[in-house]
Amino acid sequence: MKVFVNGESRELSGSPSLADLITQLELPATRIAVEVNREVVRRNDWSGTMLHEDDRVEIVHFVGGGAE
Amino acid sequence: MSSAVTAISKEEKLIVAGHVFSSRLIIGTGKYRSYEEMRSAHDASGAEMVTVAVRRVPLDRSSESFLDHLNPALQILPNTAGCYTAEDAIRTARLAREALQTDLVKLEVIGDQTTLFPDNEQTLEAARVLVKEGFVVLPYFNDDLIMAKKLLDAGCAAIMPLAAPIGSGLGVQNPANLRIMREQLPDATIIVDAGVGTASDAAIAMELGADGVLMNTAIAEAQDPAKMATAMKLAIEAGRLAYLAGRMPKRLYASASSPLTGVIK
Repeated sequence: MKVFVNGESRELSGSPSLADLITQLELPATRIAVEVNREVVRRNDWSGTMLHEDDRVEIVHFVGGGAE
Repeated sequence: MSSAVTAISKEEKLIVAGHVFSSRLIIGTGKYRSYEEMRSAHDASGAEMVTVAVRRVPLDRSSESFLDHLNPALQILPNTAGCYTAEDAIRTARLAREALQTDLVKLEVIGDQTTLFPDNEQTLEAARVLVKEGFVVLPYFNDDLIMAKKLLDAGCAAIMPLAAPIGSGLGVQNPANLRIMREQLPDATIIVDAGVGTASDAAIAMELGADGVLMNTAIAEAQDPAKMATAMKLAIEAGRLAYLAGRMPKRLYASASSPLTGVIK
């Protein structure tokens, strides 16, 4: 199954949840936030959110910046 | 003098939607040469709130959390820097709130890559949506009174007019606009955002009646950021005191300070 994570296409096996994807990517679970198809998915809902073909996932964190 | 400063700083707080700050300086977290340099500048500035940007997590390498490099006592103000549409700014604000559990957001919708001037129309649209969703919205916008009124009507907690283009260091380019904004909107919280280059610029913004100043590049790109951060802290205090003191009127001609009588002949 193909999904897009931060704009990159990725092949996933089985029917993974969003929590499975985060684990697979070895991302820290804190201080990140996730969108699926332009809607924020709250942390508590990650494990109950199943991913589907062509879903667009955005995973963000914080970086230094003031403006622009 | 130090007692005057203490007396005023005690009763004089910057309050943004219930968040109380002793410092009227808000600073950025970008462009520093090292984390250590950033942290010492933050400490020297006395700022209690810093702004951070939201970006995609890199997937090809493990990345440490930038936030771990910040003093944990600092209030974090996520921003929507890099957004060019209301929709992207709204999405970014929602993601930031989810990750940080804060309703504060520095709303920034840029209209043009060369000038980084704000797109006021998109900013207002985003502000209206975010306020309805319970965000404490601090919008960056052009130094325009009418836009300021619209943003306040939309429910923004504070308004953040620019002094000059982002990162330009030009200082307050239109002091009349800021003064008019202060006089016409006496109850608004006005935080000058962007364009400050050195300490006198910050002092001028405060003398014009700003409630605070937000800056990044002026400190980060100084040869000695910690020293400049200290200068900014003092300039903001000095400017605030001068504003509260009420400056003398400007006159075209001299006015002697000494008695005109009793001069020896």
